[in-house]
Amino acid sequence: MNRPKKQEFKFPTHIDEYPTGPQYKAGFLPEINAGWRSVRPVIDHEACVFCLRCYLLCPDGTILKENGKIEFDMDYCKGCGVCAHECPTDAIKMVKE
Amino acid sequence: MTTNNKIFISGDEAVAQGVKLCRPHVIAAYPITPQTITVERLSEMVEAGEMEGIYMHVESEHSAISAAMGACAVGARTFTASSSQGLLYMAEGLHYCSGGRWPVVMMNANRSVALPWSIYGDQRDSLSLLDCGWIQVYVEDAQEALDMIIQAYKIAEHKDVLTPMMVNLDGFILTHTYELVAIPEQKMVDEFLPVFETPNKMSFEEPKNLGFSSKPDDNTEFKYQQNEAMFNAIDVIRDVDQEFAEKFGRKYYDMVEEYQCEDAEVVLVALGSVCGTIRVVVDKMRAEGKKVGLLKIRYMRPFPEAEVKNLARRVNAIGVIDKDISFGYEGTVYTNVNSAISKIDKYVYKSNFVGGLGGRDITKAEIEEMFDKLFFGVANKSEEKVEFFSLNVETND
Ligand code: SF4
Ligand code: SF4
Repeated sequence: MNRPKKQEFKFPTHIDEYPTGPQYKAGFLPEINAGWRSVRPVIDHEACVFCLRCYLLCPDGTILKENGKIEFDMDYCKGCGVCAHECPTDAIKMVKE
Repeated sequence: MTTNNKIFISGDEAVAQGVKLCRPHVIAAYPITPQTITVERLSEMVEAGEMEGIYMHVESEHSAISAAMGACAVGARTFTASSSQGLLYMAEGLHYCSGGRWPVVMMNANRSVALPWSIYGDQRDSLSLLDCGWIQVYVEDAQEALDMIIQAYKIAEHKDVLTPMMVNLDGFILTHTYELVAIPEQKMVDEFLPVFETPNKMSFEEPKNLGFSSKPDDNTEFKYQQNEAMFNAIDVIRDVDQEFAEKFGRKYYDMVEEYQCEDAEVVLVALGSVCGTIRVVVDKMRAEGKKVGLLKIRYMRPFPEAEVKNLARRVNAIGVIDKDISFGYEGTVYTNVNSAISKIDKYVYKSNFVGGLGGRDITKAEIEEMFDKLFFGVANKSEEKVEFFSLNVETND
């Protein structure tokens, strides 16, 4: 799947920069969403078997498949721990921020 | 010019014929008196295979507008129709639709609103929804109703407008009376009205987030833009009417139509079918040497401010007939007309005649009396008034 690239959000300065009505190409929300996290996932790549369970289950879609490795987008991870809980090999640990 | 085939049909049927010629992909409507015949005819046309569109039987007007918006969002040309309480039930969706910039076309059969319950005509339903962001046009007869449906798609779908449009016709007076109506040829309508294209559609090639939320930071900007689109419609309305006149030979004079106003001293302003009666009275009084005229307001939104000011500069008195009342103030058409007149540097005597509510006739004698009151008001420097006319009982006023 082609994950859309995050684009820098520039607040419009002219009315013509607004779309016609509230319809625009899909993308990320312009702001990061991770302010409430108190713990964060840390992965042990040696233990990970790349089953992609965490990738599918992350409620925020913040887990990325980068060159055959699991990575996290820390701008959006809320620290819920679902990934760590569901990982069959305990490759993910939640550590205090 | 064209060889128009004329048939004897009601206003409701004329609307159905107009819709058919525009080839909507989706019709979603719920029948309500006095609009019923329109949606019945359309469902029959779809059933008989005379039309290719899909007819959606929905369970309410709220669903009708929701379905129409949904269809519009995937790029379909859509039609819906309503009246009175049904239109009010749709109100939530009306704002949604205009804010989403989905150019749905609707026919509204103007009908009184409850209580007391009434199925007869006045214009309180649509006028109470003037602020919902829809273009509103009011027609005088069945031919104009048919023609305006065709024009409505072209106006609403214009890239600078992309705003839904409501074609209003007076309940019973127009919906249920029969007239000879010219039916344009399909081929000519196809040439006049291109296939609906919109940049705002749900598409796999160009995925978009449709109808999103906005924060206080930019909500006003979206509303500014919506308001601008409504003003853009003024030029589009003019161009579309001009092109329509060249193609079909019938012209509707853009935002307003002036009748005998060139040298008029006093004029009556009105919407819809009562304009026909006023014309007759104007002719009679003109024959008696009285300089009277009619300003038929066709569009209430966008409002024909320039045209009203232009007229006010030339006359001594303006009377506004309102088949509605904004309780606790005055008629809604009057409020709008008055606001435009207040911007010119001249005094014009004004009077607001509220009547015709719940289907009561407005007679030629009453219209003549209104003109007389306007002449009297100017001559005697009377106080400007809002009055209910033709009450059947004495009042304390
Ligand atoms: S902690 Fe929760 S939000 Fe963060 S990556 Fe794991 S599942 Fe996703
Ligand atoms: S669930 Fe565990 S093993 Fe599976 S991909 Fe995620 S981190 Fe790796």
